[in-house]
Amino acid sequence: MTDADPTLFAQVRDPANRADPYPLYARLRAHPVARQDDGLWVASGYAAIRALLHDPRVSSQDLPRSEHPRTGNPVKDWVVNPLKDWIINRHRPFIFRDPPAHDALRRQVMGQFTVSRVRGMKRRTEALVAEHLEACAGCTPFNLVDDLAYPLPVTVICELLGVPREDEPRFHGWATQLATALEPESRTDPAVHARNVATFDAIADYMRDLIRAKRRRPADDLLSGLATATDPEAGRMSDPDLVATAVLLLIAGHETTVNLITNGMLTLLRCPDELARLRADPERAPRVIEELLRYEPPVHFRTRLALAPIPIGGAVIPEGAPLVLLFAAGSRDPARFPLPDRFDPDREDNQHFGFGGALHYCVGAPLARIEAEAALTALATRLRAPRLAEDPPPYRPGASLRGPQRLLLHIDGVD
Amino acid sequence: MRVVVDLNRCQAYAQCCYAAPEHFVLQGDEILVYDPAPPAAARAALDRAVQACPVRAIRVEHDEDRAGAGP
Amino acid sequence: MRDGTIVVAGASLAGLRGAEALRDRGFSGRLILVGDEPYRPYDRPPLSKHVLTGEVAPGATTLPGVGRLEAEWRLGTAAAGLDRAGRALRLADGTTLPFDRLLIATGARARPWPKADEARLAGVHTLRGRDDAAALAADLSARPGRVLILGAGFIGCEVASSLRAVGLPVTVADPGPAPLARALGTVVGGFVAGRMAAAGVDYRPGTRVTHLEGAGGRVRRARLEAGGTIQADLVVVALGALRNTGWLAGAGLDADEGGLSCDGACRVLDAAGRPDDAIFAAGDVARWPHPLYGGRPVALEHWGNAVAQAAHAARAMLDGPEAAGAYAELPAFWSSQFGLNIKSLGLIEGADAVAVAQGSPRTGRFLAVYGRAGRTVAAVSINAGRWLPAYEAPIRDGAAFPPITGAADQPRLRSLPPGLPGPRGASGARP
Repeated sequence: MTDADPTLFAQVRDPANRADPYPLYARLRAHPVARQDDGLWVASGYAAIRALLHDPRVSSQDLPRSEHPRTGNPVKDWVVNPLKDWIINRHRPFIFRDPPAHDALRRQVMGQFTVSRVRGMKRRTEALVAEHLEACAGCTPFNLVDDLAYPLPVTVICELLGVPREDEPRFHGWATQLATALEPESRTDPAVHARNVATFDAIADYMRDLIRAKRRRPADDLLSGLATATDPEAGRMSDPDLVATAVLLLIAGHETTVNLITNGMLTLLRCPDELARLRADPERAPRVIEELLRYEPPVHFRTRLALAPIPIGGAVIPEGAPLVLLFAAGSRDPARFPLPDRFDPDREDNQHFGFGGALHYCVGAPLARIEAEAALTALATRLRAPRLAEDPPPYRPGASLRGPQRLLLHIDGVD
Repeated sequence: MRVVVDLNRCQAYAQCCYAAPEHFVLQGDEILVYDPAPPAAARAALDRAVQACPVRAIRVEHDEDRAGAGP
Repeated sequence: MRDGTIVVAGASLAGLRGAEALRDRGFSGRLILVGDEPYRPYDRPPLSKHVLTGEVAPGATTLPGVGRLEAEWRLGTAAAGLDRAGRALRLADGTTLPFDRLLIATGARARPWPKADEARLAGVHTLRGRDDAAALAADLSARPGRVLILGAGFIGCEVASSLRAVGLPVTVADPGPAPLARALGTVVGGFVAGRMAAAGVDYRPGTRVTHLEGAGGRVRRARLEAGGTIQADLVVVALGALRNTGWLAGAGLDADEGGLSCDGACRVLDAAGRPDDAIFAAGDVARWPHPLYGGRPVALEHWGNAVAQAAHAARAMLDGPEAAGAYAELPAFWSSQFGLNIKSLGLIEGADAVAVAQGSPRTGRFLAVYGRAGRTVAAVSINAGRWLPAYEAPIRDGAAFPPITGAADQPRLRSLPPGLPGPRGASGARP
């Protein structure tokens, strides 16, 4: 075995490799846990990722401290902004928290993310898909991202949460900016950090107003439920936690499912046999979607922090080390999945990392499955002769939240 | 149909409860209760539950595979 | 070996999964499953839980996998004798089944109330099979004034939980010091006792029942060793299980009520400790030297062991003991009761230390890790199952105890004696 190349993960982050990072992942897996020359530790093997996901020495509290830049205004610099930072640092969204705080917050969210509320969105999602597709009928090529994959999950999460859809233009940019918190650059680049701090202030102000309005006049939506419910153990969720949670759910609804749908259609068009089989038998959709989550997942990695030395796979991750769980590499580990680079919806035992795992398993997974199923079955069955206008398509900047910037499809019409 | 869940594997991700709420329910934090003999009409929902389980702990046998299986 | 005749004695989980594994590995010969009950293989864990609450019918738990086996079934006829030299299995109805390979998966039975005349009183139950569950459920539907459960192992505790869930008054007379003490020790058992009390169970630790007394043929009360009685209209005897090895008497095998000895390839051992190349055992009945525990012979009444060991035996039967290697599956089980999901990894028996390593009993969500002579041997999660996989490697590797330090949600690690009772007494509760 050759020595590990300590720049491989930097190459993964290089936008030039966005269209096909998988050969880099294969090289990373030669050392399932490896230190990079910038001090990051990268876990890329399936077994290592699974072990670290469940390891209580692996912390999710790895966001850098919020620190507002100086403004020159003494009241802001010495009173208002330090207070804001203090609150923000104590009330991070629960994906950046560890138990027991994480568990209490997540339990309260799950208490509102009920089976009936989520399944209640199924019909509506299907209707939205139909609406969007019919609007594309006369256009060729159309852009799957802007015309369906992005607006669909945004509308769904807005309706589920009870966020006015017409405010979308305001929080679209905020969501895109804050999603960079999942990219390692946001940990180190002061300019990115400053933009995130300012963006969080703006979206938090927006959410605070919305939550107050929900409290005054609760509706049958998730935010109203969260704002008014009392957990038997944790009690009423605090305002800063509510704001952080609402922001998280809104952003997660913006930046992930778009990739699942777009990567999904891209993959199906690259595997025309599978597209034809789905078209002939839409009951295959659940299998197709699980395999997509393994083969082309919307979230390629998440970062963590080692709280203590962790012996794993012959190495020891030192205390305090920043850590990357490279889910998309683990899901293609040949030691776990036979012929991992083959897109095969008939694969059995598909325990992929598409929604992460352990304590932080994606809360929105059932919603994402509903959205992806509605979109992909409609695309497969209703588009006449779809074909890619460009392959590979241009990608969005994120290496973690990885997906096409646009996906132009030529069609002969919509059935 | 016949259903069995490997509850050693189950980690209460509850994805089956969303996929087939009539046949899987979580009691409290982690106790999964399921219908071991759902009707044939539940097939599509059960298949979704099998696929959605992150640890693939659910096993289903369809009625046509049970032809001649007896009592 | 891919053809010939394989007989599987025992048609429960291990027998079924063993038969399936044989077919999956390409065995195309004659496959015969023998079962003492008249039913196709069914799942037992629900019998003490949702069957008793009425959520699941007793007959509804037939296991998947029966349909595609292409096997011959001899159900309702117990295995009655083994002619090792003649390679033949004798059944209770007098027929004889010759075999090339035999898989013994006859499981275990509930330890009966030792006084046979008292055990025959109406209203005295044990719980092991489908018929037991149906009979108990039928008696429960008459809404007895009080149910007495003898023993606080897993079956006793799960039955108590189910009966409280449907509002029946329950007393548990436990010869041991705490619920589940033999399996988990008194530190974790003490926590379960709190949940039991909160659920309204009248729990009596250190309580031995000497006699069951009836009137008009029906049980009415239990007489206690320490004096006094407990009134009850229904008694569930949950004092553990005995391995079904009696039918092997005279076969020259090393077998008793604690199990049938076999080697790491699941081959049964004769009285001199020599393996028989044609006869294998798996599931509750099998007792084998576990390599993770210094070759101590263990017999596990675990659902997961029945599945994994039967598959291992199937491989050894077809491909030979060398190809199969030594069976070393990490023991694992679960139980649910009183709103608690209890999951365990490793072998707690013989542990000399326990520490709460994650969470806190105060919140009702925690993980306890067990050590023996400074090495990690087991972990138990209570409503904290997602931490459990982190302990797989430390248990498998015998990492220094406690294995994981400096972790999130970790209290100050305090190592305590686990409170495991000594070897079983004559009437001790077997979980």
